[in-house]
This record gives sequence, C-alpha cells and structure tokens, in this order.
Amino acid sequence: MRTIYLDNNATTMVAQEVVEEMLPFLHEYYGNPSSMHTFGGQVAHSILKARQKIASLLGADLDEIIFTSCGTESDNTAIMSGLSSNPGKNHIITSRVEHPAVKVLCENLAHKGYRVTLLPVDSEGRLDMAEYEASLTPDTAVVSIMWANNETGVIFPVEEAARLAHEKGILFHTDAVQAIGKIPVNMKENSIDMLSLSGHKLHAPKGVGVLYVRKGTRFSPFLTGGHQEKGRRGGTENVPGIVALGKACELAAVNMEKENTHVRALRDRLENELLKAIPQSKVNGTREARLPNTVNISFEFIEGESILLLMDQFGICASSGSACTSGSLQPSHVLRAMGVPYTMAHGSIRFSLSVYNTAEDVDAVIKELPPIIEKLRVLSPYWATSQGACATA
Amino acid sequence: MWEYTDKVKEHFLNPKNTGEIENPDAVAEVGSIACGDALKLTMKLDENKKIVDAKFKTFGCASAIASASALTEILKGKTIEEAEKITNQDIADYLGGLPPEKMHCSVLGQEALEKAIENYRGVSHKKPEEVIVCACFGVTGGEIERAIRQNHLTSIEEVTNYTKAGGGCGNCHEKIQEIIDRVYETRERQEKPIERPKLSNLQKIRMIEETIENEIRPSLKHDGGDIELVDVVGNRVLVAMRGACATCQASQATMKGFVQAKLQEFVAPELLVEEVAS
Repeated sequence: MRTIYLDNNATTMVAQEVVEEMLPFLHEYYGNPSSMHTFGGQVAHSILKARQKIASLLGADLDEIIFTSCGTESDNTAIMSGLSSNPGKNHIITSRVEHPAVKVLCENLAHKGYRVTLLPVDSEGRLDMAEYEASLTPDTAVVSIMWANNETGVIFPVEEAARLAHEKGILFHTDAVQAIGKIPVNMKENSIDMLSLSGHKLHAPKGVGVLYVRKGTRFSPFLTGGHQEKGRRGGTENVPGIVALGKACELAAVNMEKENTHVRALRDRLENELLKAIPQSKVNGTREARLPNTVNISFEFIEGESILLLMDQFGICASSGSACTSGSLQPSHVLRAMGVPYTMAHGSIRFSLSVYNTAEDVDAVIKELPPIIEKLRVLSPYWATSQGACATA
Repeated sequence: MWEYTDKVKEHFLNPKNTGEIENPDAVAEVGSIACGDALKLTMKLDENKKIVDAKFKTFGCASAIASASALTEILKGKTIEEAEKITNQDIADYLGGLPPEKMHCSVLGQEALEKAIENYRGVSHKKPEEVIVCACFGVTGGEIERAIRQNHLTSIEEVTNYTKAGGGCGNCHEKIQEIIDRVYETRERQEKPIERPKLSNLQKIRMIEETIENEIRPSLKHDGGDIELVDVVGNRVLVAMRGACATCQASQATMKGFVQAKLQEFVAPELLVEEVAS
C-alpha cells in the first residue's frame, strides 16, 4: 500500500540530497572535528560550510548559530539562558498554545516560583497583542512565543512582539521550529534575540537543531563541558546531522517558493474540497496568517483517533487533537485555548503537507475521507440527534 | 500509536450490531461528548428474559467502538440474570485485552449494560447518595470504588485508566486516594498496629520535613502546586502554599484533608496544619 504522508509538522522525510550529503560522515569522514590531525580537522571545515548555509537561510552571522540536539534543547537553552542572564527578574511571558518544549518548561518554572504569564488566543487562534503589550513589565526576564503554531499553522506576529519587548529592554525568544523552511525568515530585518529550529521538520534527520543567538545577547550555556560551539554548547558535534541540516537549509532556500505556491495550492484544494464534501466541518485557526502547508479541520460529533485509524487503512498519515490520541484524557491544549467546543475538538484532524506531496495524495484524501466521516457519524449517538435538531430548527 | 489486539482492530473496522433497535425493551445512554466517549445501548428481550438482540451507537475512539461491539456480541443469547454478571474485564478479555489507558472503554460498556438492565426492570438509575468525585468527567465515588474492587486498582493512575476520574484538572486526586485507602484500609489495619515513640522537637521537625518531601510534595507537584514549611510551634505546623496551590480554590481542602492527614499519619496524630501568608 502506498503511504500518503500528510503529517509533516510531526516530522519529515529526509531529502535524498541530504542523505547523500551526510552519509560520508558516518563511515568515511568520521573524525572528531576537535582533533589536531588533518583527518579530524577536515570535518571541522564541513561543519563551517553547514553553518554558512544555515546562517544564509536565516540571514544570520556565523557566530549566531549554535548547534544543538533538537528543538526542545534549543527552547530550553534559550529560556534558561534568558533567566540566568537577567538575575533578579522573576517574570516569563509565553502563550497558552506553545509546544510542550516551552509549555512544560514554563510550568515547571512556575512551580519554582517564577511568575508566568500565559497569553490567551482568540477563537481563530490569534494572539491578543494588546494583552501582550500590557503584560510586559520591568520584572520580565524573557518572552518566548512561537513563530507558527504546530497544530493550526497560525503565524504569530513575533517580529512586532520582539520590537515591543525591546522597547522595554526585554529579551525575546521564538520557537520557530514550524516556521523555518516554510516561510521566509530574515534575522537582519527583525530584533528577535533568540530563535529555535529543528532539523527533522525541514527534511534533515532527527537529532539536530539550532539555537540562533543574536550577537551581543548575554548567553549562558545549558550543556556545559567541552569547548564546542565556542563554549556555548558542550558535547561532541553531531557531524552527520549538522552537515545534513546545512544541506536541508540550502534546499529550503530553493524550495521556499514551491512551498508557497505548489504546497499552498495542494493544501487549499484539500481544505476546500473537504469542507465542501463534509457537512458540519470547520477549519481551526485563521486563514489570514497561516503556514502554507497546514490545515486543521474539525468534523463534528465524531472522535479523532477513529478517523486516523480508518484513514490508516488507506495509508493516509495525519494527526489529531483528540484526547485519545494525546494519551491524556483532554483534547489538545491549543484547541481548548481557542475555545473550540468539545463536539468539534475531539474530531479534529491536522493535515500537514510538504514539497514531496502530489496532487494524487490530496485526491486520495478527498476521495477516502468523506465516507470515513459518514461511517463514524452513522455510528455516533449524537449525529442523528443533531440532524433531527437541525431539521426542526 | 496504541498497541491494539487483532480482535480490537477487527471489531473497530467491522463493528457488529451497530445502530438502534426500534421499540427496544431496554435502553441506556452513558458518557458524554465532553468526556470524549459515549455509548447508547438498546436491547430486545423475549418472554423468557433472554436477550435476542442488542445494538449500539458509539462516539469515541477505536477501543470504545470495539468494546461496545464486543459487549453486544457477548450479550446476545444471554438471559438478563446472566447479563447482570458481565464485568468490564469480560469485555476486555473478549477483545484479547485493552491497553491500560483504554480500560475505561470497557468500563463504559459495563455501565451501559447496568443502566440498560435497570431500565428494563423499571428501576431508577439515580442514586441520590452518590456524590460526584471527579467533576471533569462526572465520575461518582461509587463508580470509582467498584472499579477499584473489581479490578484490584491500587493507584490514582490506574483509577484514571479505568474510570477517567482524575484525568482532568487533578483536583480530585486526594479524594480518589482516600477511596483507595478506604477500600484497602481494613486489610492494612490488621497487618500493622502503629506504635509511636515520643518525639523531641528536633525529631518532630525533621520528620515533618521528610513527610512533606516524600509524601506530600510529589502529589502537589503533580497538580502544579507546592508547599513550604514555614515554622513549627508546638503541634501547629505553619505552611505556605506555592504554585497552583496558592491560587487553587480547593487548597483549603488540600490543607486539611491531605497535608494534615499525611502529617498526622507519618509524624504525630496531634498535629494541626495552618496556612500562613509568606
């Protein structure tokens, strides 16, 4: 059975070009870049080249790129550094819809006595900027707001948010894991202090990430030990991963336009056709400012895990914000923050596309999903009732 | 992805006995949309009180659908007396087992069956003495206690897996713990009579600190709260609540019902806990 992979916000396929670029660093150029001999030293040169490619995609300087092991490490490093470089300040600002890498860290910090402001979002998933501005206080050590939401694809005005923070001398970090490679980011044109990205979301392998730290930003390392990354992140470099991420960033720079034309067109067709074919379905998250590859759509009166497992029968891969898929008993914190009613939240499905998706992939979902929804609705005790209610209303 | 048995997959992909029986002899609806699963069960019985047909409608995940399908298959051909003896474990066993986190799906099936039998007999399901323990999922103390007894549950986590109770805000964790303790209380009492030596002030403070660290703090942290020992004056233990506890409306209940109970249990029965502003 053909796999129809529409779960690219979870992880992506490693691009063929990336695999080819990284393979020699597993068994041919396996030296330690810190070694004195030529064999190891040549690896250091490859890391430099990768760093250049990543810096180029971000509009950053070489010194501003710190390699890490993943997005979570980058997020944790940024926030903890923000706190330790602002001793005496006790306040953190973040949003209600952050990825667990930021959310759980901030919850833990709240238990340790930090004051944490969780900014609300509206029903369309948009940040309340007035409330944000009001929450910036002299006591605020660091702000961490995601660039784009992983579940809905909603893009937040982080450049504006960073500017407002800077007016008050407050450090600004953004989790840009879902944004990098999908939308243009130029650090020369904004004032964001720190930015996290993760390799496996843009067709590099898992296990490599980057923390961008703007020149002049006070920084304290999270992992101490070796002198790697100029003492800002100890630990022998994940050379194959770093080389791969360099190549993936080079490809992303080229593919960005495709992402915003080809991928966007596929996503829009998928969204429009599903809404047309399936009654009582609704898109979660504003369509005004959204990643070109993401659509989160709710089907009323049915449950997400059932939808996913029935789609799985056709090789279709997607995600859900339902309780049963999260392993907890509550539906997604993002949809709850948006006030999506339970009738809709449990039946939410996220499709996230990539440049490797084709019209056939989207056609398959448009063909197979409506009967799946119909089958589950016939089975649902609420569906007939709601239809009766509509008929008499 | 969940590890579902082939039998669960089979009953999910091709559920048996779906729909509703017209003019049923027994009908029951349990669960709700907010809870994430719901089940409507209808049954037809013959003059010998034998279940000749059973159908279901389910809102829920794969294991909820499979559990309901399994239940209707088990029910067909049984008399009402035989049906009465079916437990959630029978449903899970029929499916070759369910993941621990999904056991509540089988409990939902058992609840629907019970309610349907009551409906058939014309007995009211409402038990006025039943108090809701878990407000998030509307689970009563009786339901929790039965799940504990039937399935030999010993932790809050297990109770959540079977009944969903405690899976939302977490405010009811201490109440669930009390029910667990009560169920096993008689057994424990017989096991170890408690003898307490007289404590010096220093010993007492050390034991209070240890009890807070090992017995109290982990539970509070689980709910996003924390506690700090401020002072000990005679038998008065002065504490300050932190984190979620500081703003939690249930924190007074936590103080008396949980913190004080733990300190009395592990340190000295005459201790009284007071919350102070810090």
